[in-house]
Amino acid sequence: MKVLVTVKEVAEVADDFEIAGTEVDERYLEYDLNEWDDYAVEEAVQLKEDGPADEVVTVTIGPERAEETIRMALAKGADRAVRVWDDALEDVDMLDVETKTNLLAAVVEEEDPDLILTGVQSGDDALGATGVSLADQLGFQWGAVVNALDFDADAGVASVHRELEGGVEELTDIEIPAVLTIQTGINEPRYASLRGIRQAQSKEIAAKTLGDIGLDAGAVESDLTLTSMYEPESESDATIFEGDAGETAGQLAEVLREKGVAE
Amino acid sequence: MSDVLAVTEHRRGELRDVSYEVITAGRELADATGGDLHLAVISGDTERFAEDLDREGVDYIHTVSDGEEFNHDVYVQAIEALHAELDPEVVVMPNSVNGLDYAPAVANRLDLPLATDAVGMEYDGGLTVTREMYGSKVETAVEVGGDQQAVTVRGAEWPAAEGVGDAEISAFDVDIDTDAGSTVTGFEEVGGGDVDISEADFIVSIGRGIEEEENLDLIRDLVEATDATLASSRPIVDNGWLPKNRQVGQSGKVVTPTVYLAIGISGAVQHVAGMKGADNIIAVNTDPNAPIFDIADYGIVGDLFEVVPELIEQFS
Ligand SMILES: Cc1cc2nc3c(=O)[nH]c(=O)nc-3n(C[C@H](O)[C@H](O)[C@H](O)COP(=O)(O)OP(=O)(O)OC[C@H]3O[C@@H](n4cnc5c(N)ncnc54)[C@H](O)[C@@H]3O)c2cc1C
Repeated sequence: MKVLVTVKEVAEVADDFEIAGTEVDERYLEYDLNEWDDYAVEEAVQLKEDGPADEVVTVTIGPERAEETIRMALAKGADRAVRVWDDALEDVDMLDVETKTNLLAAVVEEEDPDLILTGVQSGDDALGATGVSLADQLGFQWGAVVNALDFDADAGVASVHRELEGGVEELTDIEIPAVLTIQTGINEPRYASLRGIRQAQSKEIAAKTLGDIGLDAGAVESDLTLTSMYEPESESDATIFEGDAGETAGQLAEVLREKGVAE
Repeated sequence: MSDVLAVTEHRRGELRDVSYEVITAGRELADATGGDLHLAVISGDTERFAEDLDREGVDYIHTVSDGEEFNHDVYVQAIEALHAELDPEVVVMPNSVNGLDYAPAVANRLDLPLATDAVGMEYDGGLTVTREMYGSKVETAVEVGGDQQAVTVRGAEWPAAEGVGDAEISAFDVDIDTDAGSTVTGFEEVGGGDVDISEADFIVSIGRGIEEEENLDLIRDLVEATDATLASSRPIVDNGWLPKNRQVGQSGKVVTPTVYLAIGISGAVQHVAGMKGADNIIAVNTDPNAPIFDIADYGIVGDLFEVVPELIEQFS
């Protein structure tokens, strides 16, 4: 079985930052592997270590800069990577779900995986929709927000828990080919070992343009246009204690006593 | 084509709160587009649900009786058929876990642009949604193109619809192909065990700001000194540092203590869903812009590793 994992490099914003136009100023951004994808990669690598999967391939939509992040996934045990990028994507300020679906579906057609793992959402734009949209486009089965996965290789069935609200989980059997969107906590993502990091240097990251995967610029016309970005006005009417740690702790202790919860 | 179709949600025989909120969101939008508000009620006890959902502002309720519990294949096909029949301008769906399981497929199948997790919607000949990015650090206005759109709305952002309506309720006939390769086999309650944090009067809750598992001892000392109940945000449980029954939030417990002391917790929407009902919310966070301060009554902008030892000192 071949497992494809979608991974995304996401930007994280510093505590203090500035907005330039409709973007956070580049100086305040740090890039990292999307938290949810880290769990998806781990789940795929475990499927390989446990037997059912023979190959784990990651796919990313992102510029060359993203390769550092992709290598992290390779260092954790993915076999190789595909990275899609194109000049036509350079000017799109917000890739919509349809665009990501088109790009990933084209890669799936080439790779022909049996199982696709995505993160539930990405930490930056948090659309939370790519995996399910992709599944529908491919005619695959799917399950969203999966926090436990048990794979029966003979039957080709993934028995999953879908984490609903309020401490309730839905138990579902899903036939492959399928897309599962992976929730944090499903496993304990490993740290890349030194050996893994060394090996990752020689693993393949295949860069592909739109033309390479049989698409043209029409496939990436986004229906979403970011027209403004701003810091939400603080609705806070909190009393903020002033002073050094000792002073603020003293005031806080006072409040706790006043409310009668601590003595 | 100016109508709005809003999709409701239920689980194990109960309508979920967000069902009444999509009515409000949908009504506001329909007022702006100048169309009618249609509700879709899919699976389960549709007749009872429809009666319950007949609140002020609803024009039509369409029931699709197929199956008991949520099944994404049924939802996608039912909405697809309703869309063909009603030709609405906007489909409004909940940004719930089940919403995330069918809304993207609906949008893909109907070739609709999709904006998820909207916290505001405006219509002025075209649709613009307000949504957050970077873990609530910024808000954005996003124009959603196309003639027809799909939107999912965040829970608890719109008030629940009230009053009694006089909607036209009718059963909508649709042939659903249930020969799909996914089967729901049951439900499981998680997060049981020895403690029930939802009963606690004083909760000290710790988040990712604690950095390392060893540092939890500091918080345990505070809990002991103040006789509080220990809880946490999700990453602490995901890391296996505390059991699931300590998690506060959308997928954990809902708590309503007299005091909720949030230490090193940013205040993500899924966390807030579990603690916004506390009488007093106190936050300790190094980031003065952390969203937790928006809902806090008291706060310390400071380093927990400096503040917490001092606080322990106060009670020993
Ligand atoms: C479907 C779904 C369900 C979810 N369910 C839940 C849920 O039930 N419960 C939940 O909590 N989350 C849930 N989440 C996750 C949620 O989105 C957030 O990722 C999570 O709440 C963040 O936890 P946090 O605030 O501890 O961490 P972060 O967001 O990383 O915040 C850490 C905070 O600590 C502060 N900090 C850092 N160092 C210090 C210091 N030395 N002193 C003081 N402050 C410091 C930082 O400024 C920051 O504000 C869910 C997500 C999804 C997608």
